[in-house]
Amino acid sequence: MVPRALTIDAVRSAVQERRATAVSFAEEHYANIAQRDGAIGAFLTLAKERALAQAARIDALAEQGRPLPPLAGVPVAVKDVMSTCGVRTTAGSKILENYVPAYDCTAVARLEAAGAVILGKLNCDEFAMGSSNENSAFHPVRNPRDLERVPGGSSGGSAAAVAAGMAIATLGSDTGGSIRQPASFCGVVGFMPSYGRVSRYGLIAFASSLDRIGPLTNTVKDAALMLRTIAGRDPMDSTSADAPVPDYAATLESDVRGLRVGVPKEYFGEGLEAEVRSSVETAIEKISRLGCEVVPISLPHTTYAIPAYYIVATAEASANLARYDGVRYGLRASDARTLGEMYSRTRDAGFGAEVKRRILLGTYVLSAGYYDAYYLKAQRVRTLLTRDFDAAFQQVDAIVTPTSPTPAFKLGEKTDDPLAMYLADIYTVTADLAGIPGISVPCGNTRAGLPIGLQILGGQFDEATVLRLAHAYEQVRA
Amino acid sequence: MKVTEKDVVYVAGLAHLELAAGEQQRMVRDLNSILDYVDRLNELDTKDVPPMAQVRSREAVDASREDQVEGLRPSLPHQAALANAPETDGAFFMVPKVIEK
Repeated sequence: MVPRALTIDAVRSAVQERRATAVSFAEEHYANIAQRDGAIGAFLTLAKERALAQAARIDALAEQGRPLPPLAGVPVAVKDVMSTCGVRTTAGSKILENYVPAYDCTAVARLEAAGAVILGKLNCDEFAMGSSNENSAFHPVRNPRDLERVPGGSSGGSAAAVAAGMAIATLGSDTGGSIRQPASFCGVVGFMPSYGRVSRYGLIAFASSLDRIGPLTNTVKDAALMLRTIAGRDPMDSTSADAPVPDYAATLESDVRGLRVGVPKEYFGEGLEAEVRSSVETAIEKISRLGCEVVPISLPHTTYAIPAYYIVATAEASANLARYDGVRYGLRASDARTLGEMYSRTRDAGFGAEVKRRILLGTYVLSAGYYDAYYLKAQRVRTLLTRDFDAAFQQVDAIVTPTSPTPAFKLGEKTDDPLAMYLADIYTVTADLAGIPGISVPCGNTRAGLPIGLQILGGQFDEATVLRLAHAYEQVRA
Repeated sequence: MKVTEKDVVYVAGLAHLELAAGEQQRMVRDLNSILDYVDRLNELDTKDVPPMAQVRSREAVDASREDQVEGLRPSLPHQAALANAPETDGAFFMVPKVIEK
C-alpha cells in the first residue's frame, strides 16, 4: 500500500472542520508504523501516551470551535538526538540506551506548542555520525523505496518515516549533510536552516559550530510551516539569532522571475553519476524556464571541504562527547575498580566503532604538536570556503547543485571504508561549514526508481528565497 | 604512516577510551587513511587567512547582556537530576573511590 501523502494544512483543516480527529490521525499513523516499520526500522521509541494526550487536547479545542494553532493535530516525529521530557532519548547509542531526559528540546517544545502530535523518536547514526544510518547502535534503517538500500544518514529514520507515510513531517539534524542527503535518498524534502536560526537547546551535541535542526517533509510548503514554528531566538541557546522570523509560507508564491541562480562547476565534476547529473540538469532547465537567470559560477575551494570538515567536526565531537563518563547518566561499566578505569570501560562499552574513530581523530588533531597543522589549518580553510560563498552571493540569489553524487547505495557497501562513506557528503558539507541554509527537493528518479535530490543553497538567513525557489520548482517538476 | 599504534594508544588514553587489540590496528589504518586525505589542505597557502573561530553572521548573535539580576531560573529538582544516575545514594552521584589509601 502506498500511503496518501498528507500535508500539514490538509490535516489541520480536517481537524478544525471536524471532518476527522487528531486522535484518528495519530492512530492511523501508529497503525501504519505497526504495519511497515518492522521492515524499515525508522522508529526507536514510540511515545503513544504523550501523543494521544496531545491529540485529545487538540480535538477538545476543535470541538469548542476555537481556532487551532498552525500544526494542530499533525503527526510528526523527531530524530532521537532531540531531548524529550519523560521519553527515552538515545542518540542512537548504547551509552544512552536508557536515558530519559528531564526537559524538552526547544524545537520539540515549539512543535508541541503549535499543536503537533509527536508520535515518537527516530533512528539515526550514533550521535548523528554517519551517512547511511548503519552506525545506529540498535539497528539500521532501510530505504522505503528499496529495502536493500540505505536511507542515507545521519537522519535516516527522519527521512524514511516521511517517505513511508509513518509521519507527515519530522525533525532531523544536519552537521555535514545529515538532513539533505537522506531526504535526497528517500525522495522527500529536507531543509537545513541557517546556523543560529533554530535553537539547539536540548539537541545532543555533536559539533557545536556546525549542528543545526531542520524539517523533513513531503512538500516545500510543509518545510516552510515547520521552520516558522521552530525558528527564532531562544534565551536557552546563546547561539540562536535574534533575527525576525518571516512568514515563509506567505512568500512561497511570490514570483521567482529575475532571480539569479548560480550553478557551481565544482559540483558537476568527477564522481557525479550520470543519471544524477542529467536529472539535476533537467531541473536547472526548468528553473531557467521559470524566468530565473542561470549563471555559471565557481566555488574554488569546494574540494577542500571534506578534509576541513572531518578535522573541525571530529575535534568538536571529541570535546562534546567527553561528558559521557558513566557518572550522572547513561551507561556505566560495572566492573571498574578505579574512577579512571570506570571512564574508559564505560566509553569502550558504550560507543560504537565510528564514534570511537571520530573521538580518536578529534583528540589527535587537537593534541599538542598537531593543533596548528590540523585544527587551525582546517579553520583557516573554512574561512576560504565561507569567502567562496560570500563572493558567490554577491552575484547570485541562490545556488543549485546535486544533493549527493549518487542515489542511495546498498547496505554494507561502504561500511569498511570510512573515507568512502565521508565522501557521500561532498556536496552538502560546504553549506554546513559556511553557516548558510540549504534544501534538498526531489528532482526525479533513476531508471531503477531511486530518488534523486536537487540542492538549493541561499545566503545566510535568506531561507525565504531558498524556500520560494524550491516551491516554484516543485510546482513545475512533473 | 603518520599515526603509529603507539600514537593511537596515547590518544585513546587522552580520550579515556579503552581499545581492544584488534580495534587498535583498525584505528591505525583508518586514521592514516583519513589523515592522508586531509593532507590536501596543505596545497593551500593560508598564512594570511584567519581561522574561522565562529560562524560569522550578518544577524549579530550577541549573547552578552547587561549585568543585571534577572531572577534565578528554576533549576532541575534534585530527584530529577539523579533519576538517570547509574549509582546514587539518594543525595549524591556515587563513583569508585578516587584516592586510594
